[in-house]
Amino acid sequence: MINEELELQKFEQKIANGEKIEPKDWMPEKYRKQLIRMIAQHAHSEIVGMLPEGNWITRAPSLRRKMVLLAKVQDEGGHGLYLYSAAETLGADRKDLIEALLNGKMKYSNIFNYPTLSWADIGIIGWLVDGAAIVNQTMLAKCSYGPYSRAMIRICKEENFHKRQGYENVSVLAQGNAKQKQMVQDALNRWWWQTLMMFGPHDENSTNTVDLMRWKIKLETNDSLRQRFINLTIPQAYAIGLTIPDNDLKYNEKTQNWEIGKINFDELYNVINGNGPCNRIRIAERKKSYEEGNWVRIAAENYALKNKNNYGTK
Amino acid sequence: MFEKKIEENLFQLLVQIADDKLILGHRLSEWCGHAPILEEDIALANIALDNIGQANSLYQIAVKLENKNRSEDELAFFRDEREFRNIQIVELPKGDFAFTIVRQFLYDNFSFLLFQKFCDSNFIELSDVSKKIVKEISYNLRHSKEWILRLGIGTEESKFNTQKAIDKIWEFTNEMFEFGNVENFLIEKNIIPNLDTIKTDWELSVKKIFDNTNLQIPNISYFASGGRNGFHTEYLGYLLAEMQIVARSNPNVKW
Ligand SMILES: [Fe+2]
Ligand SMILES: [Fe+2]
Repeated sequence: MINEELELQKFEQKIANGEKIEPKDWMPEKYRKQLIRMIAQHAHSEIVGMLPEGNWITRAPSLRRKMVLLAKVQDEGGHGLYLYSAAETLGADRKDLIEALLNGKMKYSNIFNYPTLSWADIGIIGWLVDGAAIVNQTMLAKCSYGPYSRAMIRICKEENFHKRQGYENVSVLAQGNAKQKQMVQDALNRWWWQTLMMFGPHDENSTNTVDLMRWKIKLETNDSLRQRFINLTIPQAYAIGLTIPDNDLKYNEKTQNWEIGKINFDELYNVINGNGPCNRIRIAERKKSYEEGNWVRIAAENYALKNKNNYGTK
Repeated sequence: MFEKKIEENLFQLLVQIADDKLILGHRLSEWCGHAPILEEDIALANIALDNIGQANSLYQIAVKLENKNRSEDELAFFRDEREFRNIQIVELPKGDFAFTIVRQFLYDNFSFLLFQKFCDSNFIELSDVSKKIVKEISYNLRHSKEWILRLGIGTEESKFNTQKAIDKIWEFTNEMFEFGNVENFLIEKNIIPNLDTIKTDWELSVKKIFDNTNLQIPNISYFASGGRNGFHTEYLGYLLAEMQIVARSNPNVKW
């Protein structure tokens, strides 16, 4: 007991000093569990997110756009892989985590429970969803757990690239013909509020923020991250002639913040609880691929085993 | 640089190969997010990207040669079924993982041998681009070869599925060694290789891996033919409908 208290003191001192916690270091069980949950949820988001975007690869309207989208979705898969490895440094197992996703025991970002309904959605997702991810991940890059922090630094570089390509795509549509303009404004209208909800509930309703912040798993509150995203994004929308779908939106000269209308968090909770437009479809699709791939995974494992044995007898 | 007749044939040839790559890339990209393991989601997307990138480079050379102000996107998105010149093997639906791997293995082998020869083509632009492409194909070939071994040796079930895929796909393999009617002109000028030698090499390398895994080459009498002249399976129309829908519903704009 005394030992544990001492370890905890040392652990918290380390964090206070701005040092990183590494896989072999002592850590409280709660810290380990919390991190596994967060990192896995992040990994799941990367791979579930491949579905709504992958939905448009075969229909991309130019070869260049097709290649850019393919490369992006491929990157997201890579992020998933990298994050699952980070979770494994904490003693988790990728297979268990994926099964928890498929059983509905673990969550992924709610944003991917909405459908991609036009080509413009691809630009909007790159610009807004990757943009929001960057704001969040720039913070996480400073978190106390070494492997997660390093994963974030690497991943953030690619997300920046995705965001730039998304915004460029959106700009072309916004400056295109009437049909393209209408398409991109419609996409913005559908994704704007959903993106703002990616940052989670308002601070006063966010239950575990305090703990997470003490151990530097999180370094900023939901509302402050959301505000940063809003301030960054609104001028970008105006620059290319898009309208933010918020009648109450105004700029506060004093705080230099853009102030938005009321977020409908009932919708967020509803989707979190499984009642979004695509919750069932996304999981069913992942499940189907996983089950259909079962014989392939077994064959690969078996082959690796046979090869190892052969090698041993040589 | 070349006489007109040669240029026209060369254009045809480039479009044939580029169409193969584009359509195959399309089928591969259908796996994205649906592969048996995450590593394969990534690998298949990457191979799709290689193929579509290669199609893009070859179309670019083709339209320059054609000199009619057509863009590579016009070739990809504004031609109909009968104007596509790919062989039928690449347009078949993606099937299960074994089918995708078998097709990939057979086509990668062919493509590798072909682009190796293209590196020595008298048409400089083709030989230059081929030096880059052949490297990509060698990685792709390694990937499909490794999977043939895994599936062929892994379990009874995987072997069964792989053999089933081979049996289904084999009738489409002969077309790889047809270049429609462009062939003779270009072979004479050392622009493209003689396909007979490629066929012999292809058979050898395929057979070697199949022998290692006890997979059988089926004994069949019918072989598909005609893709190089725009004669396709019924699958291609649906693929193009999907691929071209956005571009065609709003033509003459920038994307
Ligand atoms: Fe990502
Ligand atoms: Fe991204």
